[in-house]
Amino acid sequence: MFDWITFTWDMEFALEILPQLLRAAWITLQATVVGFAIAVVVGLVLALARRGPRIVSWPVTFLIEFIRSTPLLVQLYVLYFILPLYGVSLSAFVTGVIGLGLHYGAYLSEVYRAGIEHVDKGQWEAAIALNFDRRRTWTNIVLPQALPPMLPMFGNYFIVMFKETPLLSAITVVELLQTAKIIGSRTFNYVEPYTLVGLIFLALSYPAALVVNRLEARFARQRQ
Amino acid sequence: MPANASDPASPENGRSDPGPVVRFEQVTKRFGDLTVLDRLDFEVAQNEKIAIIGPSGSGKTTILRVLMTLVEPNEGVVYVDGEPLWHKPANGELVRADEAHLRKVRKNIGMVFQHFNLFPHMSVLRNVTEAPIHVLGRSRSEAEDQALHLLDKVGLGDKTDQFPSQLSGGQKQRVAIARALAMQPKVMLFDEVTSALDPELVGEVLNILRDLARDTEMAMLIVTHEMQFARDVADRVVFFDSGRVAEEGPPSKIFSAPENPRTQSFLKAVLDH
Amino acid sequence: MGIDLLPTLLRGAGITIQLTLASAALALVVALIAGLGRLSPWKPIRILAGTYVEVFRGTSVLVQLFWFYFALPLFGIRLDAFAAGVLALGLNVGAYGAETVRGSILSVPRGQIEAGIALNFSAAQRMRRIVLPQAFVMMLPPFGNNLIELLKATALVSLITIPEMTFEGYSLQMTTGRTNEIFLWLLLLYFAVAYPLTLGVRAIERRVSAFLRA
Ligand SMILES: Nc1ncnc2c1ncn2[C@@H]1O[C@H](COP(=O)(O)OP(=O)(O)OP(=O)(O)O)[C@@H](O)[C@H]1O
Ligand SMILES: [Mg+2]
Repeated sequence: MFDWITFTWDMEFALEILPQLLRAAWITLQATVVGFAIAVVVGLVLALARRGPRIVSWPVTFLIEFIRSTPLLVQLYVLYFILPLYGVSLSAFVTGVIGLGLHYGAYLSEVYRAGIEHVDKGQWEAAIALNFDRRRTWTNIVLPQALPPMLPMFGNYFIVMFKETPLLSAITVVELLQTAKIIGSRTFNYVEPYTLVGLIFLALSYPAALVVNRLEARFARQRQ
Repeated sequence: MPANASDPASPENGRSDPGPVVRFEQVTKRFGDLTVLDRLDFEVAQNEKIAIIGPSGSGKTTILRVLMTLVEPNEGVVYVDGEPLWHKPANGELVRADEAHLRKVRKNIGMVFQHFNLFPHMSVLRNVTEAPIHVLGRSRSEAEDQALHLLDKVGLGDKTDQFPSQLSGGQKQRVAIARALAMQPKVMLFDEVTSALDPELVGEVLNILRDLARDTEMAMLIVTHEMQFARDVADRVVFFDSGRVAEEGPPSKIFSAPENPRTQSFLKAVLDH
Repeated sequence: MGIDLLPTLLRGAGITIQLTLASAALALVVALIAGLGRLSPWKPIRILAGTYVEVFRGTSVLVQLFWFYFALPLFGIRLDAFAAGVLALGLNVGAYGAETVRGSILSVPRGQIEAGIALNFSAAQRMRRIVLPQAFVMMLPPFGNNLIELLKATALVSLITIPEMTFEGYSLQMTTGRTNEIFLWLLLLYFAVAYPLTLGVRAIERRVSAFLRA
């Protein structure tokens, strides 16, 4: 197993490909942000639908469980290969961010649910006592209290999703990993590109995780 | 109040004068700026039953925890059976004890906790046999015989196969007492062992302790808010205030004719409510 | 719906299960070692374990997979695709598991350790007889969730040509063009394995929280 090829890290090569990888990292970030924006909306819609009458809540619950129980990669293939059969042709990037958004929307719906359940029952009763209508009860009373404690979980999922974006390479989106793959197959040098990709992910996600931890600790303190 | 030299107590000790089983010498414990034990001198004679009373925050729990090696004092020396607990002699000096020394001296001490601290993943029987088997090296059958005897004594002979989650608070505390007794310590510490119990369960635990105080040779240090109970079982009552012994004496004196105004107002407050 | 597609997909499913089990075993071992390592009294061990956890949690599992498969050979270490897959998945999930191990150990109540001291157990005995058995119970639900995530993550190794279920599905769709049926089957098969696991984990979760409340 060990046939040692004397191997050295080629710094010159690494520096040469770095700008290209950083440009690709920008695509990756865009995919994360757009995908997350979709997930935030989808998650809220799913969470609210789950509170509706059974004829709505049961299928929605099933949909959430189904999305959470199947691999994102397969879901991306489904969107990528099946949508065109029904005349919907989207770019790979758009397909990818929709896939990410739907997948993590299912996860975020659980975060919304927990956050909403966390709001004290007395708050609903107070809203009724003050004769708020349904919409105002949600926008002025429930959500403003439910959302802030959810922020750390949102942050966690944002980072998780960021680390899942390399999957988009499987449907030909030229993001960070795909760019490294292209460089590797052109130069037959995989160590530098893949290692750099790993380092870029680490450099972005580790500080983000620290920020989320701080946020988490802050909310934990406030709750006491 | 060391035991009288002619007292034939504690035959297993072998020494003619057994001396105090526990001695605090100028012990100070601080948590940050707060001095919880303040140059405390305090002794426990062999076989002595002591009730420790005092206002909240006066350091009662802390003395027990220092003695159980759960809290390390900042200054002073604690002797258990003549041996320093938190220190060991090296080149004629006392240096900080290592784990091996702590374990050697600690085997003389046992403790029953306010919140029982039973092991939830073990049956009642195993809660009682685990330490005798693995710490004292007893055989399983020997440990189980002893455990059954002790569980009988605390009235739980029929609960051996239950798990702690299936017991009431009073039953849990009685298991915890049996568990501590199984280690046969020379000194047993009780920290408000009834204060986490529903009122109707307090009696069953106090009765066990009464019997124990009457029948056993070991010294008992009992922190309690149950004044009648303290009066019944204690040879000596120690009133604690701000990390020092403010007043001590036989129960008849402390409860009937306290001298220290702090003792008087404390007793007035607890007995009046 | 094309039953004729099933044998191929089920052959892939067999490999998916093998991959899941092999990676789970690796992840479990690594999680225990690294989780305990993070609590070691010895600082170099803590740093080593912490670095492992942060590196594998901080980079993407797919990047790790590609790194093990494509970059490791250039260091003279040649892994076949299956080994690279198990290594990447196992080490990745192991890093998350290590945090579970650490968190569970730290959440055993202080009173349990104090009772262990009062009964004069040695530090090692306290860990083995009192802390770990209780921590292990708390680890079960998160480990169950990790297993489900792992099962889904095995789909990724199709990208390094391991013929597991997703790979077989993808190849079938390339050769037969029966896109709808194939992907529907794939989703159903994953769901059929993962969802019972989810229900199982929830059942365990309820029992564990009942145990912890006691
Ligand atoms: N680990 C600790 N860290 C900081 N402060 C502590 C700690 N343990 C105890 N204290 C403080 O030391 C003081 C004495 O505590 P201790 O528990 O000995 O009092 P106590 O006499 O047992 O009171 P109570 O009757 O309320 O049990 C208290 O003010 C307590 O807040
Ligand atoms: Mg106390």
